[in-house]
Amino acid sequence: MDRLYPWILRTLGLVVPALVVALGWQLYQGAAAARHAFGWGFVVGSSWDPVFNHFGAWPFIFGTLVTTAVAIVLAAPLGIGVAIFLAELAPNWLRGPVGYLVELLAAVPSVVFGLWGLFVLAPWMRTDLEPWLIAHGHNFPLFRGAPYGLGFLAAGLVLAIMVTPFVVGMAREAIIAVPRVQREAAYALGATRWETIWQVVLPGARSGIAGGVLLGMGRALGETIAVTMLIGNTPAVSASLLAPGYTLASVIANEFTEATTALYTSALVEIGLVLFASTLVVNLIARLMIARLAAAGAAA
Amino acid sequence: MDGIAASLRNVNFFYGSQQVLFDVNLEVPERGILAFIGPSGCGKSTLLRSMNRMNDLIPGARLSGEVRIGDEDIYRPGADVISLRRKVGMVFQRSNPFPFSIAENVAYGIKINRLARDRATRDAIIERSLRSAGLWDEVKDRLHRPALALSGGQQQRLCIARALAVEPDILLMDEPASALDPIATARIEELANELKERFTIVIVTHNLQQAARVSDRTSFFLMGKLIESGETRQIFSKPVRKETEDYITGRFG
Ligand SMILES: Nc1ncnc2c1ncn2[C@@H]1O[C@H](COP(=O)(O)OP(=O)(O)OP(=O)(O)O)[C@@H](O)[C@H]1O
Ligand SMILES: [Mg+2]
Repeated sequence: MDRLYPWILRTLGLVVPALVVALGWQLYQGAAAARHAFGWGFVVGSSWDPVFNHFGAWPFIFGTLVTTAVAIVLAAPLGIGVAIFLAELAPNWLRGPVGYLVELLAAVPSVVFGLWGLFVLAPWMRTDLEPWLIAHGHNFPLFRGAPYGLGFLAAGLVLAIMVTPFVVGMAREAIIAVPRVQREAAYALGATRWETIWQVVLPGARSGIAGGVLLGMGRALGETIAVTMLIGNTPAVSASLLAPGYTLASVIANEFTEATTALYTSALVEIGLVLFASTLVVNLIARLMIARLAAAGAAA
Repeated sequence: MDGIAASLRNVNFFYGSQQVLFDVNLEVPERGILAFIGPSGCGKSTLLRSMNRMNDLIPGARLSGEVRIGDEDIYRPGADVISLRRKVGMVFQRSNPFPFSIAENVAYGIKINRLARDRATRDAIIERSLRSAGLWDEVKDRLHRPALALSGGQQQRLCIARALAVEPDILLMDEPASALDPIATARIEELANELKERFTIVIVTHNLQQAARVSDRTSFFLMGKLIESGETRQIFSKPVRKETEDYITGRFG
């Protein structure tokens, strides 16, 4: 048994990478028809027209990038802020309940966020937030156009809420892991609480914080159902965050039942391949970054 | 001994409801080295940390009585804790450099206390502090390398340099050599001996030989009470109290 056990574990350890490779390979095979028909034009082509059997994925890639960017721009400062509050500032009696609520937020099924976004957030955005942004945006390209409610901004906002708990969790761990003796060293030199947090604790926790942000980014890239309910499902590229759009994950979810031709199916599979590859790349970068920062932290 | 660097009057200290210091009265003369000795848990660290209000960081910790640094009552309402900690530096049991470069570690106190108007002044203070800590020759070619790459003894001397950079009047050292090998320990003791000409040093130590070697005065604590305080030579040769004698001769603790 003692000899068998490591062997079993090693085999199991190889199964997972093998599955990843197999999945990638099968997506690649399934996308063959679309790859042959459009080549690299598939990722830069901006027309998605099942009627004329013409497929370009750029609007979906664009929508995925924009919603993810909106989510991270909002969730990173919010999540890091909450983590600092929970780890450093909140009185003890508040840490438990608030921490628990944040964890609970991570456990809510995404379809519930979608419903809330659809029935609460989007109507409010249409009648209040977006008219205000348009009026006070001074024609800033990001906030132009008509207030639809549904669009990049709505999807990005809900994604931000969904992703924040992951940022909070990782960042809080990282902040707590900074040794107490380093804080004491700062205080003993006459540092204030803020100076200690900003100049000693956060630099010490940066690798974990970066990891949390990238983990959140990975989640945002692949999130499907809530985004599908809020993005507006229009394969269009627009500079305005108020416009409706589409993402890689939501086009697959919406259209795979309607894909009647072989080329159509193959195009959806290729979209899956793009999504698969980009989440893989983000996670890879995340890992490399964390490893590099951790090494720098160990050496520094 | 010219004046009094610190004086403690009727100091009682509590962690929550647990009292750990009882009516401590003590005067710390300017310059020279004062050693705190006593068995584990007798309150040496607590007393040391009440002299720069580091205990403020512990929830539920409370002090009664009076602690004066120079002529300032440091627990008076509205007392400036930040400037107190600049005047009373601290070196910890385990070396705790920041995960920055060597130079940035020494510069940290200069930066937050705005002690250097320009780069040249800052660099001069860094060099002076590292020289005072006996570390300059070992690190002058790698000031921008990570501090955590130094050896344990070098890290501890870096922490001393970091504390010296803000020019404190008093330097508190809580078992600064207890994690070091004999050679690094000797180096720290040598350093303390040099620094006592310019600073008032209070050192906590478990090592009685160390106390006898380096200190000018010694205070012996037992279960939260200051039992006896006096010239080191006298404490170690002719202690007045029975408890002190028992401890010195190794009968307990
Ligand atoms: N943060 C704390 N919370 C509660 N009690 C504490 C705390 N720190 C110390 N104590 C208690 O206060 C008493 C004095 O502790 P202190 O650390 O001052 O002793 P010490 O003489 O420095 O001991 P040692 O030689 O082991 O370092 C001990 O009984 C200890 O258990
Ligand atoms: Mg102690």
